[in-house]
Amino acid sequence: MAIKGYIRERFFPHIWCPGCGHGIVLNSLLRAIEKLGMSKNEIVVVSGIGCSSRISGYVDFHTLHTIHGRALAFATGVKMSRPELNLIVPMGDGDALAIGGNHFIHSARRNIDMTAIVMNNRIYGMTGGQYSPLSGYGTLATTAPYTNIDYAFDTVELAKAAGASFVARSTTYHVQQLTKILKQAILHEGFSVVEVLSQCPTYFGRKNRKGTAADMMEFYKDNTTPVGSKAKKENPDLIERGVFVEKEMLEYCREYEKIIERAMKGRS
Amino acid sequence: MAKPKLKAHVIDREWCKGCGICVHFCPKDVLELDEEDKVIAARREDCICCKMCELRCPDLAIEIETE
Repeated sequence: MAIKGYIRERFFPHIWCPGCGHGIVLNSLLRAIEKLGMSKNEIVVVSGIGCSSRISGYVDFHTLHTIHGRALAFATGVKMSRPELNLIVPMGDGDALAIGGNHFIHSARRNIDMTAIVMNNRIYGMTGGQYSPLSGYGTLATTAPYTNIDYAFDTVELAKAAGASFVARSTTYHVQQLTKILKQAILHEGFSVVEVLSQCPTYFGRKNRKGTAADMMEFYKDNTTPVGSKAKKENPDLIERGVFVEKEMLEYCREYEKIIERAMKGRS
Repeated sequence: MAKPKLKAHVIDREWCKGCGICVHFCPKDVLELDEEDKVIAARREDCICCKMCELRCPDLAIEIETE
């Protein structure tokens, strides 16, 4: 398999549970990178903490496994010192939007060129199934045994409002679309956000009686629709997937270069 | 484009965790879990090489080799 050239095989089989959607995200990400024909040396994968963040250990690129919620901050440091590298930042929903919520919105606001992947399984899996900011009203979790009364963020709306110049969503069922979107996001110059609905059969699925991993993927098939479709108008409960925003904006590192030039004018 | 011809289902039994995603989504019902909960190509002659098992495997444990 050609994509096996991009992984650290010595760490496989990986630690993710049977049927975990994060493995499918890894699978799709490797295929996107393979299709782009990128070399291992031009990619940096930076992750934080959580099930999702273990992904950085499995890929054979430059990798940083950093601290909870701060993957984007570390990635910003790497990108500003080596702007020629391609930054990919896979995060969990809690990692990206609770612990790292501030880093997330400000990275989007700055439009720094990197690809943030929000692997949304709606729960904190690694620590035992606590509810996350994407669990949503009425769901069950270890820390919400009588149902959760917090409303969920909409990652796409949040990223759009914060100013991200590329915003997309897909699921682990729609793997071909996911690979295509990841390719687009990596090529996009600016801050790209890709939310991936990713099943956690062990905690979210079990607590909320969502069945097997395959059942949860069937749910993604039945309850999502392409962005702007007629089906969404008829049934507003459907979750839209596809590319929501793709716009050209001045990129942060390039603008910073100009500042350096301006400041250094007349001096060597 | 010519129809791809199946060479083999390459299954890594060490990596397969028996989640059953490939079995569930195979459009031709080719795959099964064996007594050890590992995937096997029980009806390989029905395989149309769509590779949906390969693309959806969370464990990178199955690959469709074509000629």
